[in-house]
Parts: sequence; C-alpha cells; structure tokens
Amino acid sequence: MKEPNSVKDIAKNPGQPLARIDPLEQVPLPPPFDKLEEEPEYSQISDDAREKYVVLDDTIAVNIPKPESKEEEDRLVQGFLSGLQKLMTSEDNWTFLQPFEMSMEHCAKCHTCSDACPIYEESGKNELYRPVYRSEILRRIYFKYVKKLSPKVHGEIDLNWEVVARLIELSYRCNLCRRCAQTCPIGVDNALLSREIRKIASMEMGIAPKELHTDGSVLQLQVGSSTGMTPLVVKDNIEFIDEDTAERTGYPIETPWDVEGADLLLIHNAGEIMAWPENPGAFATVFDAAGISWTLSSEVAAYDAINYGVWYDDIQFARVAVKHAQAAKKLGVKKIVLGECGHAHKALTVIADKVLTGDLNIPRESAIVLLRDIIRSGKLEFDKSRNDFPVTLHDPCNMVRLMGIVAPQREVIEAVVPEGRFREMAPHGVENYCCGGGSGFAIMSGHNFADFRHRLTGRRKFRQILDAFQDEQMDIEQPKYVCAPCSNCKGQIRDIIQYYDAWEKAGIYYGGLVELVVNAMTNVQPGFIDWEWH
Amino acid sequence: MTMIAYVIAYLGIAFFFIAVVARFLMWSRMPMHLRWELYPVAHEGGGRAAYGGSYLEEGDWWKKKREVSLLGELKVMVPEILFLVALKEHNRKLWTRSFPFHFGLYLVAIATILMVVGGIAGALAPAWVTAPLLKVLGILVPFCGAAGLVLGILGAVGLYQRRMGREMRDYTAPADFFNLIFFVIAFGVALLTFLLVDRDFSLVSTFVANLVTFHFVPLGGGGTATLLLSASVILLALLSAYIPTTHMSHFVGKYFAFHSIRWKDDPNLPGGAEEKTIEKMLNQPISWSAEHIKGDGKKTWLEAATEEPEDQGK
Repeated sequence: MKEPNSVKDIAKNPGQPLARIDPLEQVPLPPPFDKLEEEPEYSQISDDAREKYVVLDDTIAVNIPKPESKEEEDRLVQGFLSGLQKLMTSEDNWTFLQPFEMSMEHCAKCHTCSDACPIYEESGKNELYRPVYRSEILRRIYFKYVKKLSPKVHGEIDLNWEVVARLIELSYRCNLCRRCAQTCPIGVDNALLSREIRKIASMEMGIAPKELHTDGSVLQLQVGSSTGMTPLVVKDNIEFIDEDTAERTGYPIETPWDVEGADLLLIHNAGEIMAWPENPGAFATVFDAAGISWTLSSEVAAYDAINYGVWYDDIQFARVAVKHAQAAKKLGVKKIVLGECGHAHKALTVIADKVLTGDLNIPRESAIVLLRDIIRSGKLEFDKSRNDFPVTLHDPCNMVRLMGIVAPQREVIEAVVPEGRFREMAPHGVENYCCGGGSGFAIMSGHNFADFRHRLTGRRKFRQILDAFQDEQMDIEQPKYVCAPCSNCKGQIRDIIQYYDAWEKAGIYYGGLVELVVNAMTNVQPGFIDWEWH
Repeated sequence: MTMIAYVIAYLGIAFFFIAVVARFLMWSRMPMHLRWELYPVAHEGGGRAAYGGSYLEEGDWWKKKREVSLLGELKVMVPEILFLVALKEHNRKLWTRSFPFHFGLYLVAIATILMVVGGIAGALAPAWVTAPLLKVLGILVPFCGAAGLVLGILGAVGLYQRRMGREMRDYTAPADFFNLIFFVIAFGVALLTFLLVDRDFSLVSTFVANLVTFHFVPLGGGGTATLLLSASVILLALLSAYIPTTHMSHFVGKYFAFHSIRWKDDPNLPGGAEEKTIEKMLNQPISWSAEHIKGDGKKTWLEAATEEPEDQGK
C-alpha cells in the first residue's frame, strides 16, 4: 500500500499517485468471499487517462485536465482561492456559512472521526482517505493564503495547481455520509468540508463530475430527468409499468397523471422507472388498494425526485427544489410524497426547508411513513408467509442519520415479514454505514471508478450484508433479500452483488421496501418478487 | 510586582470575558443556514431521541404539535460537558488524557469561582454567614484547586505525548504544542505555589478577595511566596486571555455546533416567522463565477434559482 506520509505531500510528486491500494492487503470479507485472491481484479486507469487528467490515487472521478500553460495553472489556483473567499461571505454562502466556519475553526485534529469512516477503514487506514486529511489541506490553504496567518499557528502547506486539482479529486473520495461528524466531540463536520470543496469547484470554477452536473442536474432541468426521459417518454414508460405490474399481480392499476387537487404528489427517483419498474408499479398497487388520492406530475423535473445539487452545488440544488415545489403548487396538492430515494428525501424535505417560502412551501413527507400509515390503517391484508425468506435492511444515510426516519421502515417490515426472518445489520439505524454509493458515487462509473466503489466505498456495506446472513445457508438455494429503500443505495448494492457475483454464489438479492409489501398482499397474485437477476 | 499582578489579573479576566462574548456574538449573529441536522437529536420528544428518530416519522407531521424535551438535551449535554462522553465512546485513548485535562480546568474554574464568592461574602455578608461559609470554602477551594492543577498538568502532558505520536504529529502545528506547554507552565507554577507556600490556598484566596473588593494590598507572604504567587497570577491571567483567541475557544463554538447546527431541526412552517428571513437571504446578491451561475454581484439567489435552463449556460 502506498500512502502520503504528510499533509504536505499533497504538493509533492507531481503527476504521481499519492496513494495506491493493494487489494491483497485488504481485510478479507466474511465467507464465502473470504479469499482475497479470489476477489475480482481491481482494474487500472488507462495510461491515456493518466496522461490527460490529474492523478490522485488509483482512480479518477472528476476528470480535471492537466493545465497546458502557466495561465491555466494560475487560473486553477486563483479560481480556488476566489471560491474559498466566497465561502466565507454571508452573501455567497449564507446557506452553509456557520457550519462551514465552525468546522474550519474548531477541529482539534484528534482523529476521533477516522475510525468512523468506512472508506478509511476499508482502505487499510490509508492516510489519504482519513476524513481530516482533506479538511486539513483546506484549512491550511485558507489560513495561510486567504487569511494570511502564520503557518506556525495553523500548519504549513504549499499551494500550486496540482494541490487544487488533487484536493477537488479528493473531495470525491468521501460519501458525505457524515458518520465522521456524528462522532466528533466538538461538532466539527469534515464531510461538510468535502461538500464545500465540491462547491468551490462547481460554483466558482465550473468543475464537477459530468454524471452529477452535465448529465445530472443540467439534464434534469433541461429535459426533465437525468435519465434523459422527456414527459412523453416517462408517461409511456409508466403505462408499460402499469400493464406489466397488473399482469404480474392480477390487480389492475392505472397511474394517475397531473390530477389537479389530488391529495398528494408522488415523486419517484426516475431511476426506479428505468431500472426497477417493479417499484413504481408496487406503489401504484398499494395506493390504489388503500384508496389514496394521488398523482404523478409530467412537469419538467417533477417526475424525477433526484436533486444532485445536494452533493456539489447550492444553486443547482435550489433550482431543482423550486421545480419540484412549482409542480406541486400547479396541481394544488396537499403534500408532496417522496418515493424510495434517500437524497431526494433530504433535499426536498430538510434542506429545501429553508429555501421554499409562500405558496411553494408545500409540506413534504416520506413514502416510507405513508406506507407505514397505510398499513396501520388496516386497509391492506397480508400473508406474511409469502415473504418467508431472510431479510436484512439497509438504512440510507440521508433518510436515517440525516433525517431521523428510523422506525417506520422497521414497522413495515414487521407487518409483512414473518417473525424471525428479519436480521438487523450491525451497526444499524443512525449509526449505519453508507452503501458506498453516497454523494453521487452510485451513478459514477467513469474510468475504473466503479471498482473503487466496490472495493473501497461499498466494501463495508457488503461486509455488513454478509455478516447479517452468516447464520443462513450461503448459496442460491436459500434466497436472501437486502431491503434498500433508496434508489441510489439500491443501485450501489446491485453493483456490489454483481461485482462479487453474490446472487449466484450466496443467494443474495436486493430490492426496495414497497416490493416486500406488495409481495405479501393477499389481494394480489403471489410471487411479485421474482428472484430473477436482472 | 504586586501591582503588576493586580493589573494583569484584571486585564486577563476582562480580555477573557470580552473575547468570549465576542465569540458568542460572532456565532449567534451568523446568518440563517440551510438545515444540516444530524441524528440523534437530543431534544426530540416522544421517546424518539433514544433511537435517533425525528418528528418526520409522523404522517402529516406539520399538523401535529412537536414534542421537544429540554430535559432530553440536558441528559446529553451535561454528561458530555462534564465527562466528554463522545470522546470516551469513540476515542478512549485520547479520552484518558483529554478528560483529566478538561476536568482539571473545570476544578480550577470552580476553585476560582468559590474564591470570588468568598471574597464577596467576606466584604458584604454578616459574620454569621461568612464564618461557616469560609470554613466550607477553606476545604473546597484547596481540594478543587490542587486536584484541578494536578489533573490539568497530567492531562496536558498526556495530550502533548499523544500529539508527538506518529498519527497526530503531522497534524499538529507549533502553536498546538505551545498551547499545551503554556498550560503546563501556568498550572505548574500555580501547583508549586500551592505546594511550597500556600497549602491552604489562603494567600491566593486573599488575592482574589482583594481583586473583587478593589483592595490593592501587597500580596501576602513576602519573598518567595510573593514571587510565586505573583508569577501564578500573571501566568494564569495571561492563559485566560489567550484561550479564547485560539481554537480552544471551542467551548463557545460547541454550543452553536450542537444547538444551531447538529440539533437545529425547527421546520419552516408555511406562513411561519422564518419565511421572512429566508426571503431576505434569497434576495442577497451572488458572485459565483461558474458559467451555469454567472453571478455578477447583482443577480440574487432567488433569480439564480428560478432561471430557466436556457439562461443557465452549460
């Protein structure tokens, strides 16, 4: 394993990676994946990519081209310093000024947060991935080059274009799960600092991973969804989903579109419509059976709950949140309900809480809570034996640690899964580990970034899943269900299962929460969950 | 020397309070920020704080009365302040050094406050109050003072040793070492004063009483006693003035880190008081330069957030 010896190393060895992970030195996973030499190969980034882009470690997330002139080098440095100054003003950064300054001023660099970070831990405690490593670089740059204070007080650091570019890359080695912040005795939030670095890059320098910006929030605002679906296409797709779901369940459904005066506007992560059609189909089935007055909206951006701005850009975040609220206002619904998407939950319910005012301030609620309330109402009947297989639950960070929605999903599971079949992960609830796809990683796969997600950021989650099922027969004869009520988490867990071939080798399958509900409903045909890998 | 000690003591104490108040005002006057809470939130009611739940677990939560528990906050904050519970739970090795350091500071502060109380009581209260009070203080002050100094020195030395270790050395600036050395020297001289010339804390208690009653008589004892006592007073006063100018002012910041950020879960209800503040924030100009924002120092947040895609650049 190669790792930096010092914070100051960020400015050294130009063009060379600062850290490398040797997969054979990682801590082995639980059985049947406990042989490191049998794990899939960690692919390498191409020589061409190394030549073209800034190199930090074994992967590339942001694709920052190497500058070709002194002017370009200076532009990177000046742009970064200019953005850093703006983070410290109440006009440009009222959104996070207090939390940002708090974390800049008060870190005691005690390393209490390090062990809470699954990336740092699974990297074999590689210094580059220590939560405070990137924060310390940012602090030293700020105190030395912006505030012009003595390095004897706040630490020494050199500043050049490569430091800036590497630091921006490094901000995309953090899932923003904020587990580190949870352990800080002082209340410092090093994950927030990762997000603030990303903000400087995007909002001042125009640098962001294309999956989040160009193919993400920009596409969503222009076309309607980061999936590329236009209003016409999404309606077509939902019509197909309705038909397919009805065929599987024997329960006819017709998803309502643009119903003015409906009680609630449901917004799915559009990824569900594309990749997991059973999820929107299941919601439609449950809502119909429970007699809920609901609608989807075909307004641009309002049929896709994603809001990638929460990970890198406050303006893009606000633009999408406003679009969601405007669609709800136009329909005159009483509330917006967020489908199974963690970051969409947090974005629109919690963070947009201090953005939406007047007639855009329409109440927002979690679909998980609504599902729980529907079950409590007794309008649905269940045959738990249809879910007679081991189930474990992944707690999406955005929904759980960052919103406090912990109990409803467990109550739903208790209502539809036979006693003794549910296994909690350890730890779980607000102390859970990120799936490894957090902060946009789940949709980022350029170069070999997917391998980084599987081998580093998602490894702790896979370890937890395997641990949860250790007392089960670990083969395909005994199917096991990882319930992940979040689209991005589900994508990441799908990718990990696929990477390790965990369905074929250990019978580990995955899906959402509402699918378990429909799978147990007595007024639909059995077998909604099909256990076919796709 | 005596007068210098009085003057520096006043200046040190005054600077400490001014700097702490300034810090407090700085944090409290910061603009509203977007919600960024982290669960568990200690004041959450309905039994939800125990597992990290929130009012967002309720259907139609905006129609229901929030259950907020001050007791819940106290149940977390008091042990946290006194015993550094989070550090104990997540970083036991550091806690074994940091806890004695902080607890030592608390004990020294308590001893100081008790001496102030004794000084004021001695000047103002009738003898039937003063006599038994001073008797109690005569036990408490030396106990808290001496124990505090010993714990503080042990903790500071432990923290210094830990900072010298491989893991923390690179993250430690010269100023961090200076801070700890300053503590050891100031507390060390005070401890020497206690051990050599002021075993019952009577000399320092008299000095504090003189301070609060503006009775500037020479520091008692003469010779070595006067020298040690003056040096203690000067060093501790300088230390008091120094602390709030460094990151050690986290005792102020921590309040805001928890109450204004981590536990700040107040919802912005439709038509509520916060909407006006939010509108004020949204009408501020932005100067972010990226192409998709083009902040020119005139365009407001609201304008940027409601622009149509064709105006946003690529």
